[in-house]
Amino acid sequence: MTAYILRRVLYAIPILIGVNLITFLLFFVVNSPDDMARMHLGQKRVTTEAIEGWKAEHGYDRPLVYNPAAPGLASLTDTIFFQKSVKLFAFQFGSSDDGRDIGYDISQRMWPSLAIAVPVLILGLAFNISYALFIVFFRATYIDIGSVVLLVGMLSVSSLFYIIGGQFVLSKVFHLVPISGYDQGLDAWKFLILPVIVGVVGGIGSGTRWYRTLFLEEIAKDYVRTARAKGLGERFVLFRHVLRNALIPILTGVVVVLPLLFMGSLITESFFGIPGLGSYTIDAISNQDFAIVRSMVFLGAVLYILGLILTDISYTLVDPRVRLQ
Amino acid sequence: MPGACGLSEKIGLWLLGLLSLGLTGCGDGIWNTPYSSADAQGNTYYSSFAERPKHLDPARSYNSNEYAFLAQIYEPPLQYHFLLRPYRLVPLSAAEVPVPSYFDAAGAPLPEDASAAEIDHSDYVIRIQPGIRFQPHPAFAKDADGRSVYHALQRADLDGINRLSDFAEVGTRAVTAEDFVYQIKRLAAPWSHSPISGVMQQHIRGFGALSASLEGIDARDELARVQALRQARIAGVEVLDPLTFKIRVEGKYPQFSYWLAMPFLAPVPWEADVFYAQPGMAERNISLDWYPVGTGPYMLSENNPNLRMTLDRNPNFHGERYPSQGMPEDAGSGILADAGRPLPFIDRAIYSLEKEDIPRWNKFLQGYFDSSGISSDAFDQAVQIDAQGEPILTDAMRGQGIELLTAVEPSVFYMGFNMLDPVVGGESQRARLLRRAISIAMDYEEFISIFANGRGLVAQGPIPPGIFGHREGEAGINPFVYAWRDGRPVRRGLDEARVLMEQAGYPGGVDRETGRALSINYEAAATGPDDRARLNWIRKQFAKLGIELVIRSTDYNRFQEKIRNGTGQVFMWGWNADYPDPENFLFLLYGPNGKVEHQGENASNYANPEFDRLFDAMKFMEDGPERQALLDRMVEIARTDAPWVWGFFPKAFSLHHQWLYNAHPNQMANNTLKYRRIDPTLRERLRRAWNAPILWPLWGLGGVVLLLVVPAWWMVRRRERSTAL
Repeated sequence: MTAYILRRVLYAIPILIGVNLITFLLFFVVNSPDDMARMHLGQKRVTTEAIEGWKAEHGYDRPLVYNPAAPGLASLTDTIFFQKSVKLFAFQFGSSDDGRDIGYDISQRMWPSLAIAVPVLILGLAFNISYALFIVFFRATYIDIGSVVLLVGMLSVSSLFYIIGGQFVLSKVFHLVPISGYDQGLDAWKFLILPVIVGVVGGIGSGTRWYRTLFLEEIAKDYVRTARAKGLGERFVLFRHVLRNALIPILTGVVVVLPLLFMGSLITESFFGIPGLGSYTIDAISNQDFAIVRSMVFLGAVLYILGLILTDISYTLVDPRVRLQ
Repeated sequence: MPGACGLSEKIGLWLLGLLSLGLTGCGDGIWNTPYSSADAQGNTYYSSFAERPKHLDPARSYNSNEYAFLAQIYEPPLQYHFLLRPYRLVPLSAAEVPVPSYFDAAGAPLPEDASAAEIDHSDYVIRIQPGIRFQPHPAFAKDADGRSVYHALQRADLDGINRLSDFAEVGTRAVTAEDFVYQIKRLAAPWSHSPISGVMQQHIRGFGALSASLEGIDARDELARVQALRQARIAGVEVLDPLTFKIRVEGKYPQFSYWLAMPFLAPVPWEADVFYAQPGMAERNISLDWYPVGTGPYMLSENNPNLRMTLDRNPNFHGERYPSQGMPEDAGSGILADAGRPLPFIDRAIYSLEKEDIPRWNKFLQGYFDSSGISSDAFDQAVQIDAQGEPILTDAMRGQGIELLTAVEPSVFYMGFNMLDPVVGGESQRARLLRRAISIAMDYEEFISIFANGRGLVAQGPIPPGIFGHREGEAGINPFVYAWRDGRPVRRGLDEARVLMEQAGYPGGVDRETGRALSINYEAAATGPDDRARLNWIRKQFAKLGIELVIRSTDYNRFQEKIRNGTGQVFMWGWNADYPDPENFLFLLYGPNGKVEHQGENASNYANPEFDRLFDAMKFMEDGPERQALLDRMVEIARTDAPWVWGFFPKAFSLHHQWLYNAHPNQMANNTLKYRRIDPTLRERLRRAWNAPILWPLWGLGGVVLLLVVPAWWMVRRRERSTAL
């Protein structure tokens, strides 16, 4: 397995270089260093000298990817792309274009994101699997049909509706939880109730339908029939056999998103005033802060690759037939 | 399965325990409060902000959302009087408003009424109030021997330090004239990237030379920069004594006094720069851009712009009193009730980040923000227009005791014609008539009604109300677009616009020379769905004259580039005044400020020699009949040439709860927090009344769960016990 993981890590390097290059090209197709300088210096009374000064101080006065004036290898290294990208591979994110330490910002903002994402994942998983098993238990009855109609209805509703509806009902009408906000440490709990409820409820439609499909596919297999023929109770069959064997696709979906949990959700964090990472990249794009954009895209790519590796490893844990070579 | 039953019971007990713990935690009676109970009941002001401030360094900050904080912390020499109109400068950290002395090229003094041509330079001698001290800050901390505690830190000393409050020791010192001079030198430093560096270079003697001399300083050594700045001298700025300094301004520049009321010229201690320049500080985001060091009534105690900004009363504040003078109408309004009382009234101000309008509005209605603006979505809920066309609060708002304040902003939004364009620009009568026809067709009354909820005043020229030079009534209308009928301006009809089109050689919108429909490009930095309605509306206005408007939407960068290069034809733009002087609006039409040729703020590249000559004369004059006459003539020229469709002056609407006092609109002053007073007892009582938790849904939800779970459990058991046959 070690050789397999090492190989996957090595495969990741060209992928990350490619991701970095594409991010760079996309960013600078839309924004020039002059635009970035103007954005950071403000809209009023900006002089050409000020723009040149800002670019020089932030290292944006070099050519983008090729420096014909530099000798030898420096023609490639004395460029914005190289200077701004190479340290990422050592996870040195550096400073944002307005001087903030990106690594510190990420380390501060990931916790509020996790404080919502982890409970939503766990509670959502528990509820959706339980509800899916319940539906499967009563498959082909009115409970099954009614539930599917309800689930299709729920997954058809926009997540924004759940957020605004949740804020309206639970906070504005019933005054049970704060409408938005956040606090440090344990004082954050009362601000998490509403986004977690909204996150879980908003995910029931798609999540439960997906698990129901998995369980129904599994329940029709021969080994389930055999288990029943042995006289095992339906609950025992569902929990001991169906659920265990359906774990592989469930794990595929869950483990791959685990590392990405801390990247947060833009809409949820924006509406609930959660100071997480969800809006970090979007704010950086609108502020034309390339340093943050490249760091967050790079980090997202690393985490996605990590998620895929973890998924592969988890296969070996839940399915003894799978071996990584 | 007895084991399973036991587990269920345990889980149930745990849930009950957690629920009761949660309810106990909400024991203060309000469950939906976003604040700690200690803060909520204290003398704390609550508000929100939608966009994080980018800069808090007074040399760099130039944005109204940054000034909301910065103006409470820093004290430049002057400020705007809170109540008197027109806007008037009064001392803040200065002992009095400086009166410039004029000198000729030989250095001989000139009389006050000397002509601008005679004046070589003006001296502003600024005497600052004694006894002003900086807020407590680690940069001033000294040990028993008088040595600075934190001025020789190594990286290792910063282990465990992540924010300013992690430094145990703080200190202070008295403000001196040297601190004001040091800040002016900071404005000149290339590494400060001050947006007003270019302007100051034109006006402060020696500013440009200092800037050039600092170019060569090693960018990597921040401490070397600070030392260089401390040692540097600026020819036109001189410390006369510990509490007096002099600024020498080139020629005559009366508007310089207004710059003295902006945070750019507030005192900054060199100790702060030394402190923040030490190795390891920048990596921890500990900088002057993040932690300001001021002398004002408040200091920034928490800077977490992703969540909350907190201002606390500055214990070293030198003191100030609520103004005793106001306008005649203020006497009965209660705004002078606190006259003569010491400022500030509020101990703490908490600003929460609220990016979305809906939660922000709902929290205001719940009483968790003391004041609020009005988003478009909530406008109809809050405001209605009465029979006289005036905005009034809805019954629901009045029922909550909310008050509405409105004020015309010192800003203008206009539609500009690129005067370099061969079709819509230029001095030809043909192009002038075309621009006037379009000016009539652009129904800005409708625009304000549809897209600004009526929050605007149609502009008759470039000078907004409240600024010297603005004329009201019949004398103030733009005769090319409006006629005065029944005591009010009435937009001229489309038939008149069509006649103008015909005279311009475009009958029915068809170019007589080519026989083709006139097509004009409209440059827009608008790509969202909300913009589509506005763009369609603009297209329809041009279509009234038979003109085909081609919308060229792009991102803001490209839009700016087109304006800079002069490749656009028609566009919308705006300006927010730096100071309440007509010069700050008319310079947008001054030829030497043309965007394409001079990279100035004249985005339409308008140039009229007579206008420019009058501007050169007007900008040096004191307000009075003579200046008014020049302004009238300039506005007339601009209306005749019509380089802009004059657009509108936006109106600011704000709402305030009944427990907030002294919320008076002042569109120039940003340091108004110190005047505000709250009644926390009334606020707490009303918050409790408005936000009492309604618990029946919780019990109802529990009942529904039971109704679902019990039959389901019963069905499961029944199915399991049933036989196959």
